[in-house]
Amino acid sequence: MSLTAPRAEAVPGDRGTPPPRTPARRRQALGLDHGAWFLLLPALLPILVLSVGPLLYGVALAFTDEQAGRTESADFIGLLNFTDLRHDSLFWESFRVGLVWACSVTALQFALALGLALLLNQNLRFRWLARTLALVPWAMPEVVVGIMWRLVYHQDAGILNRTLSQLGLIGENVDWLTNLSLALPAVVLVGVWAGMPQTTVVLLAGLQNVPHELREAAEVDGAGVWRRFTTVTWPALRPVVLAITALNFIWNFNSFGLVYVLTQGGPGSETRLPMLFAYEEAFKYGQFGYAAAMGLAMIAVVAVLLTVFLRNRLKEEER
Amino acid sequence: MSAAPTPAKAPRARRARRAAGRAGQYVALACYLVFLAFPLVWLLSTSFKSPQELASIVPTWIPREPSLENYRLAFEAHPLARSALNSLLVAGSAALISVAVAVPAAYVMVRHRSPVSRAGTAWILISQMFPLVLIIIPLFLILRNLQLINSLPGLVLVYVVWNLPFSLWMLQGYVRAVPPTLEEAAAVDGAGRLRTLTGVVLPLLAPGLVATLMFSFVTAWNEFFFALVLLKSPERQTMSVILTHFVGAEGVADLGPLAAASFLATLPSLLFFALLQRRLVNGMLAGAVKG
Repeated sequence: MSLTAPRAEAVPGDRGTPPPRTPARRRQALGLDHGAWFLLLPALLPILVLSVGPLLYGVALAFTDEQAGRTESADFIGLLNFTDLRHDSLFWESFRVGLVWACSVTALQFALALGLALLLNQNLRFRWLARTLALVPWAMPEVVVGIMWRLVYHQDAGILNRTLSQLGLIGENVDWLTNLSLALPAVVLVGVWAGMPQTTVVLLAGLQNVPHELREAAEVDGAGVWRRFTTVTWPALRPVVLAITALNFIWNFNSFGLVYVLTQGGPGSETRLPMLFAYEEAFKYGQFGYAAAMGLAMIAVVAVLLTVFLRNRLKEEER
Repeated sequence: MSAAPTPAKAPRARRARRAAGRAGQYVALACYLVFLAFPLVWLLSTSFKSPQELASIVPTWIPREPSLENYRLAFEAHPLARSALNSLLVAGSAALISVAVAVPAAYVMVRHRSPVSRAGTAWILISQMFPLVLIIIPLFLILRNLQLINSLPGLVLVYVVWNLPFSLWMLQGYVRAVPPTLEEAAAVDGAGRLRTLTGVVLPLLAPGLVATLMFSFVTAWNEFFFALVLLKSPERQTMSVILTHFVGAEGVADLGPLAAASFLATLPSLLFFALLQRRLVNGMLAGAVKG
């Protein structure tokens, strides 16, 4: 964040004398006058009322037994939802699936996106095509991405089985999305495909920050491709890598639409991410309080990561 | 040019290694192109195939007799046109409202650094991180009390709030690029803050405004989770929700219309991205670097 923007309130002359305590002065404790508030509120109010408010309400709901069909108000039940959650093996299963999914998608996304970003940073022919194509998943609704990959994975009419059997790699057609051991990897691949654009763009931005002179100097000194990458490119890229990886992990852990369309969480609960489980609990079985507790438990995971992420980010900014 | 040794001076072994490296890069790029493109090609190809061709045992890459039959069937099977209109209305109004509200706020947040601005920026980050289920349950209850469940205005409201953080973020970047000296000149001429904003900043912001508008539109157009939870009757549902009805009806016969409807649902976003690609990437790059 740039710190160069001038403070509108700063008056250069009177730095030495403490300002008199007038009402106007006190209002400026928040650094804003009437006019500024007037411009800010149309955005702040909806955010407060429909975003911060519901979030707090949601946290409160986690300690109640709110259900869909209830007419009377919900009762406060303390930590009961959380003790239930602790013994809910299906929840832990979804949690495990969520972690496996988020880790593998994030890692593969990063590896593939880094490769693509490095290639796009080179002066190659057809890189405009790759650049355009790399952005396409971003423009597509996640539902369409899910449907599209269902068509690719389709047992009889899908292109994947056809290609694999033509290459002689499989004897008979595989039903990727209902196979117990293949469903999760198949879904992970879709997650990687869908999430590559952001990662690639951010890494490309990071690469453009790598000083050219340094790389050229390293080349003159006879450093090979790998040495140049580890000593020049990677250190410059590190802050960006950290940010995008933390964010990707959180997004992936909280994702819903893709897997909902691809497998609905099946077969069994092989691909049932925490969000799918919480969605079913809330809107299929009407257990609002319980589902809210699940949301909180998911935040706990995210919060740990957020702390690490923000602490590192603040360190970067202090430099 | 660089100070690196020119190919002519380099020993033959190094030149060979260079060439091999180049070739390797092209092979890698080709792999990426295939990985990125083949699902799309398949979607398009499937959407143009006749039912007989779809039912054949060995699927073909390119339709032998391309037809628009699937597109016709798609509109017959489900209220697709209606849902497209719904999506258009919801995404359009959500984008307009959120950007209209975000512009003055972004301006204040950039020009008047204060705890409020900082809290706003922090919220932008934080709001990306919590699981939507924690916010949709209370929203569902609130909107139900306001009789706004299963209504498009209710969804617009949700999307406006959902778009706001990102719109604020994008617009802050564009506002920062406006030189403050111009505003100071306007202030010297006696223009108030609102006049400065509308007369000086807004015209300079126009390209950024368009980009933010389009991005908000696409986000809302593509959104699925809120729409799935909040909209119940098919004639009110948006396109992404209607598409899942195609999936629900299992069977090979439906693959064609499913592909056709899916491609149609992607068209507006693809068009916008095609128009906006460069600006969007640059905006994202700027955001990612300056954060």
